[in-house]
Amino acid sequence: MCGIAGYFGKSVAPTEAATLLARMAGALYYRGPDDSGIHIERDTGLAHRRLAIVGLSDGQQPMASAEGSLVISYNGEIFNYVELRAALIAKGRQFRTHSDTEVILHLYDEMGPDCLSELNGDFAFALWDTKRQRMLLARDRMGVRPLFYTERAGTLFFASEIKALLTVPGIEAELDPIALDQIFTLWTPITPRTAFRNISELPPGHLMLIEDGRRTVRPWWRLQFPENGEEAQRPDAAEELRALLDDATRIRLRADVRVGSYLSGGLDSSLISALAARAAPDRLRTFSVTFDTEEHDESRWQAMMAETLGTEHSAAPCRAGDIARLFPDVVRHMERPVLRTAPAPLHMLSGLVHHSGLKVVLTGEGADELFAGYDIFREARLRRFCGRQPGSKIRPQLFRRLYPYLPGLKRQSPEYLAKFFRASADEIGDPLFSHRPRFRSTAAAKLFFSAELKAELADYDAAADLASQVPPEFSRWHPLHQAQYLETAFLLPGYILSAQGDRVMMANSIEGRFPFLDPRIVEFASHLPPDVKLRGLKEKHILKTVAKGLVPDTIIERPKQPYRAPDSQAFAGAPTAYLDEVLSRGALAKGGLFNPAAVEKLKSKVLHQESSSFRDDAAFVGILSTQLWQATFPAQTNDKRNTDGADGHGRRHQDGNTQFHSRELPVRG
Amino acid sequence: MEIRNFIVENFLFGDDSQPLPDDLSLIENDLVDSTGILELVSFVEERFGVKVEDADLVPANLDSIGRIVDFIGRKQAA
Repeated sequence: MCGIAGYFGKSVAPTEAATLLARMAGALYYRGPDDSGIHIERDTGLAHRRLAIVGLSDGQQPMASAEGSLVISYNGEIFNYVELRAALIAKGRQFRTHSDTEVILHLYDEMGPDCLSELNGDFAFALWDTKRQRMLLARDRMGVRPLFYTERAGTLFFASEIKALLTVPGIEAELDPIALDQIFTLWTPITPRTAFRNISELPPGHLMLIEDGRRTVRPWWRLQFPENGEEAQRPDAAEELRALLDDATRIRLRADVRVGSYLSGGLDSSLISALAARAAPDRLRTFSVTFDTEEHDESRWQAMMAETLGTEHSAAPCRAGDIARLFPDVVRHMERPVLRTAPAPLHMLSGLVHHSGLKVVLTGEGADELFAGYDIFREARLRRFCGRQPGSKIRPQLFRRLYPYLPGLKRQSPEYLAKFFRASADEIGDPLFSHRPRFRSTAAAKLFFSAELKAELADYDAAADLASQVPPEFSRWHPLHQAQYLETAFLLPGYILSAQGDRVMMANSIEGRFPFLDPRIVEFASHLPPDVKLRGLKEKHILKTVAKGLVPDTIIERPKQPYRAPDSQAFAGAPTAYLDEVLSRGALAKGGLFNPAAVEKLKSKVLHQESSSFRDDAAFVGILSTQLWQATFPAQTNDKRNTDGADGHGRRHQDGNTQFHSRELPVRG
Repeated sequence: MEIRNFIVENFLFGDDSQPLPDDLSLIENDLVDSTGILELVSFVEERFGVKVEDADLVPANLDSIGRIVDFIGRKQAA
């Protein structure tokens, strides 16, 4: 796990190349505090920051092949590198290191870009092929590891995080209004778009090839589901899944350092921790975040699991004030506005892991997407059920069972419930049927957009944009699989694995590993019949079967509690100084994105806790994070020539409660 | 007028740039969500001194400004 950066093109003067690469890598210091390196060759520059996990003594990067014709700067882990290495050695290949990095070099030498399909891992890399004069950028299937790029003066610049690109003279931060509209509707920009105008993200499962003066971006892997009714019937599906999960967890424990595990108290991380506790060479270390608000806290279940497994357990207590204190730094790491504060406690959690001396943790992410754990899947099924008998007084009452934690639903009549969830027959043909209520409810926050922004966006429709990007065969999939696709292809990489994953983990130099996202499990899960995943309104049916005997029944049977954190509550108790600053009329007017008078009313409403509406909360956090984004990445960037290895962004902002971290150090070239 | 003002202030945060006809559905136009309905009920009860029973909580009574005004009138006359 590391940070990569580089360029390909003629606009970088040879005399400035080393300084530029050092500066780009310096912006990513926390992604790889153990080592650094650069490689410069004519029009190509590669930089690397290393978090040493595999091949501690001989895995330095950028790494060249033995004869020097291939050079790679790579972020991530190839979990099946042991098997791939053995197969390559059997073919006569000779290795100089014990790293997974060298495995990629040999495999590419054998297969070219087709080698990607052999890799079971999470990765983003840049590989320079001297013989073919070809640059290859590639990203893992699910989008665990990030990779961004932009072009300036005919030269391509790329990096693990955008802040590294912003150290390049002439590359400026400017908010992309379309991306903001997408976030305020879909929770995530649609790749390749990012929050930054003119800066792109290589989409998950995609590669970029530059050769013969041409640049092409294309998918090398796609998430696929079977045609409706043609799902694989597997009599031994639970046994097969158990074996796959065992192996996926086992190979994700491969490391030359100790690997821990997150324990949320829910089924997914409990199952992964249980499998890891059996396979780990030492007593497993587990980590949890706890809250002092009952509706968010799961410490009781976490303690139960830790005791059951006999793990060495640590918890990060997160109080509302912690979220408010950390939020500006979290925005700096996420590099995008968000509608929830949920990434902030996970930043604290990775901090706990770091201070415990570990570099790697397993998590249960991915299970809710692949095995239909989220409420939205149950909600969509229930909406279809109601839509088939529109006048029913009984059917809509099931919505209350779906969301027992939403106080607003308890008193509602069946007529209102049906209307809130848009459970009518005429919406069933909508390709975004499953997500439409969420998108519409989220988009209500766009009410706060300024008149100028609304005019600029004109009739742009983010949901329609999303609908236009689903594959042609989407309409032939089962409705559950359509919903799973929307969650897995867009929200998982665009929010869960990035804002709540890589960015807040790497902020504390922690690598997350995700056994559920093993490509074998993704393939297996996507081809299972829908009712094996969502049986009636019971989520993750097959996973619960697998968990029997590994996880206490109490954990398996407990109602699913979505991971949430205090949102506006976090700022209500003791408002921080920066809040008044970035949400002041002056700052809002200067930013030009939001209506200052309306935001003032919203701020007063939520900070006085006059409403517990999710909608108001989402609008408040969205506006606050956007304003913080603007303060962190000002349009007129700093004097880059004087930053000398530090990224120079956001570090001058401080107030009574928050000082942006400044751990970056000059890199060794 | 008070109902209209409450909706503009509380759900539109003062933004009166869009027309808000009396028969506009508050839910279908995403002006209120499930929590918003309870805020609206609370306002109606406190400001107009009427009791909104659970059985009254239906769109036919509360899903537009016109319906709310009619509902309050019926309640006060009862």
